[in-house]
Amino acid sequence: MPKLNINGVDHQVDGPADMPLLWAIRDLVGLTGTKFGCGQALCGACTVHLDGYPTRSCQTFIGDLEGVKITTVEGLGGKVAETVQQVWTDLDVPQCGYCQSGQVMAAVALLTETPKPTDEDIDAALDGNLCRCATYHRIRAGVHEAARRLEA
Amino acid sequence: MLPKIIEHLAPAATVETTRRGFLMTAGAAAGALIVGFGSSPVRAAGAGAAAAAAPEPFDAYIKIAEDGTVTVLSSQFDMGQGSYNGLATLVNEELGADWSKITVEGATGDTKLYGNLSWGGAVQGTGGSSSITTSFDRYRKAGAAARMLLTEAAAKEWNLPASEITAKDGVLRHASGPSAGFGEMAAKAAQLPVPKTIPLKGRDDWSLIGNADLRRYDSRAKTDGTHDFTIDVKLPGMLTAVMIHPPKFGATVGSFDASKAKAMKGVVDVVETPRGIAVVGEHMWAALAARDAVAVTWDETKAETRSSAQIMAGYHKAVEQAPQAVARTQGDAAKALAGAAKTVEATFDFPYLAHAAMEPLNAVARMNADGTLEIWGGLQLPGLYQGMVAKAAGIDPSKVVSHIMKTGGGFGRRGTPDGDVIVEAVMIAKAIGYKAPVKVQWTRENDMRGGRYRPAYVHKLTAGLDSDGNIVAWTHHIVGQSIVAGTPFQGLIQNGIDQTSVEGASNLPYAIPNMQVGLTTMKVGVPPLWWRAVGSTHTAYATEAFLDQVAAEAGKDPLQLRLALLKDHPRHAAVLKLAAEKAGWGKKLPEGRFMGLAVHESFHSYVAHVAEISMKGGEVKVHRVVAAVDCGTVVNPDTVKAQIEGGTGFGLGAMLAEELTLGTGGVVDQGNYDTYTPLRISAMPKVEVHIVPSTEPPTGVGEPGVPSIGPAVANAIRRATGKPITTLPLTRGMQS
Repeated sequence: MPKLNINGVDHQVDGPADMPLLWAIRDLVGLTGTKFGCGQALCGACTVHLDGYPTRSCQTFIGDLEGVKITTVEGLGGKVAETVQQVWTDLDVPQCGYCQSGQVMAAVALLTETPKPTDEDIDAALDGNLCRCATYHRIRAGVHEAARRLEA
Repeated sequence: MLPKIIEHLAPAATVETTRRGFLMTAGAAAGALIVGFGSSPVRAAGAGAAAAAAPEPFDAYIKIAEDGTVTVLSSQFDMGQGSYNGLATLVNEELGADWSKITVEGATGDTKLYGNLSWGGAVQGTGGSSSITTSFDRYRKAGAAARMLLTEAAAKEWNLPASEITAKDGVLRHASGPSAGFGEMAAKAAQLPVPKTIPLKGRDDWSLIGNADLRRYDSRAKTDGTHDFTIDVKLPGMLTAVMIHPPKFGATVGSFDASKAKAMKGVVDVVETPRGIAVVGEHMWAALAARDAVAVTWDETKAETRSSAQIMAGYHKAVEQAPQAVARTQGDAAKALAGAAKTVEATFDFPYLAHAAMEPLNAVARMNADGTLEIWGGLQLPGLYQGMVAKAAGIDPSKVVSHIMKTGGGFGRRGTPDGDVIVEAVMIAKAIGYKAPVKVQWTRENDMRGGRYRPAYVHKLTAGLDSDGNIVAWTHHIVGQSIVAGTPFQGLIQNGIDQTSVEGASNLPYAIPNMQVGLTTMKVGVPPLWWRAVGSTHTAYATEAFLDQVAAEAGKDPLQLRLALLKDHPRHAAVLKLAAEKAGWGKKLPEGRFMGLAVHESFHSYVAHVAEISMKGGEVKVHRVVAAVDCGTVVNPDTVKAQIEGGTGFGLGAMLAEELTLGTGGVVDQGNYDTYTPLRISAMPKVEVHIVPSTEPPTGVGEPGVPSIGPAVANAIRRATGKPITTLPLTRGMQS
């Protein structure tokens, strides 16, 4: 039975090694903030952090995650994450909100790696995260604003 | 959608539950104040409710709990566009609750309470960007009535005049000292009769309506994963089903062999439904992993087997013939064309488009021991679905309890004439003998290939110019499928014209003396549906791109030509002028930059777009977009901006690169976001939205941001390259 370390807690999950992490997180562990959008790593709604690195959980398999620290949107913490979530709320970035767990995960990873991203950095880092409501204009503004607040 | 919808929906929608789903939970909050209108407008929940029983069904718009929490019960569905927030704003403008204690839930069950007044009131539903219009008076009155009852209760308690008691931030207060939270007075207020007259605040006294600083009540939960969608519904013992749908539209199950799949771990059953084969598992992956192990043979006798190319070839043939029906005639277009000094002609191709909302379609069904059937999902037309679900289950509609979920997008896809995925959940639950609650979750491929697209169309336009370059004649022939034919909405067809096919073309605002707009409706076996902005998704493009082409032929500035033709349409002209001014229309642009503009009215809101682009190696880059909108009185200015920003991205994405095609034999070519390609952040321009101040009645913004961005970009490209874009999407149109 694969063991998963999710948000600092170990879970023994009853699933085959080739089960996508996404479905283990949602259906076996019961954390539903991570969303299903495409199943093919094309939309980014299922983004989680593996050892801090943004990864598509729908194309990550639970047999490959021994010793890896998995963070979902529920487990986000720290200054960068709190700032991003606060900015997202202050700017009313979300519309339907379905992709926003993934957007937030990607934005937090970007700002952790690149504290002062340019528009091009943002486009490159977040191009894999689809938003069908096209909240992109505010996502971009949100990343810049979070960077500004984090620097202050 | 138009008021006519009502006549044909009403029979299906008159089914009512004896008690709505939300009341079952509301009942538990004894002592809550519940406000509604009708013959029995106010009730205390629980025992008080029964005591106050009246002929009308239990009616409610607002619940105020003892802890001061205010729940607005929304007639309107929220798929992300912010209608819940809008209704909360309307209520609280009059109520004076603590904004942080307000939440909104979907309500249904009584069309007298929740019927869409923009559609005539007899049907509950969300569409045509009508949520704020239908709710503007209704929900303000509900808020005002609740406040009056609360102040009256406090007045009695304190023995002071109600007129001297204020309600602010959830606290009732008298200048002499006494104060109480809303929750403390809720039970007492619930015992009072609703006032006969309910005065509303004057426009000058509004503090929330029109307040750009008010934030959405639901943003935080959408950033931390706590906002629940249908996919997140968890019920004890719930199973998950995935579907194998027919590979062609109209095909049905011939036979299937599920022996291998049934033997797989976690698979509970594999069942046939009228909509395809369902693999039912203990969880999503168990069902998904087994799906490929099911062998199905299909009966394709009644299937649509034409490819998109074949279908479009038929449309091109038809567009050269006289239209089947005429939607608008003025003057004598044929005669004026024959006498014109110059004629301009263009034929436009529009592909099928998928809604491709981020949350793939899903629904949950549970049969209870007491015979009630609960459904959870994106219930955009709840009354209609209630009847359909009941029919599928073979039970009385009064036994259906509807839970209206907020959804991950919609764009029209969750308002279907057959309740597709909702009914499917019930069919599956029934097929397994209702032994457990079932969630059916479509994969992206199910969603993409599941039909209900924005139909493909071909348009042909001809304009006649006199020797001074004035447009003296305009003919427009639209060929495509009817969205509403053969559905409960077919009342929208009048004299052979499906209004959803011609809206935006038949009401062209430009002063052209001789005009004819015609329609030829084609029969194709691909299920169509409204797609955000409906008819205007193609009519705005055809008319505005063509007009620019005509302006070029006449040697006229596209802005000046439009303004001259819009003398009798000041609201069109005003948004156009505002957008042009803010964008710097007519000023010198940097080398390699070009601007295009377009204006369009849809759902009684007016939007103009100016797009600034550059071309590089045959690829277009949209740098900046300036939009102006007139949607009458604005309730949530920031939501208006957000919807126009989002609508701009949605419309731009379609124009640039979205198409859904049927390949040889009629199988959909696209399956996922690698082949069906909505806009990504790297292609999103900077967007500025300007709102025209207005005291006109409020109109919607969910859809009107979509239509004019495509032609604005196309018009900029034409100025850059000299070539009109007559085939969409642009990825195809630049090649042709």
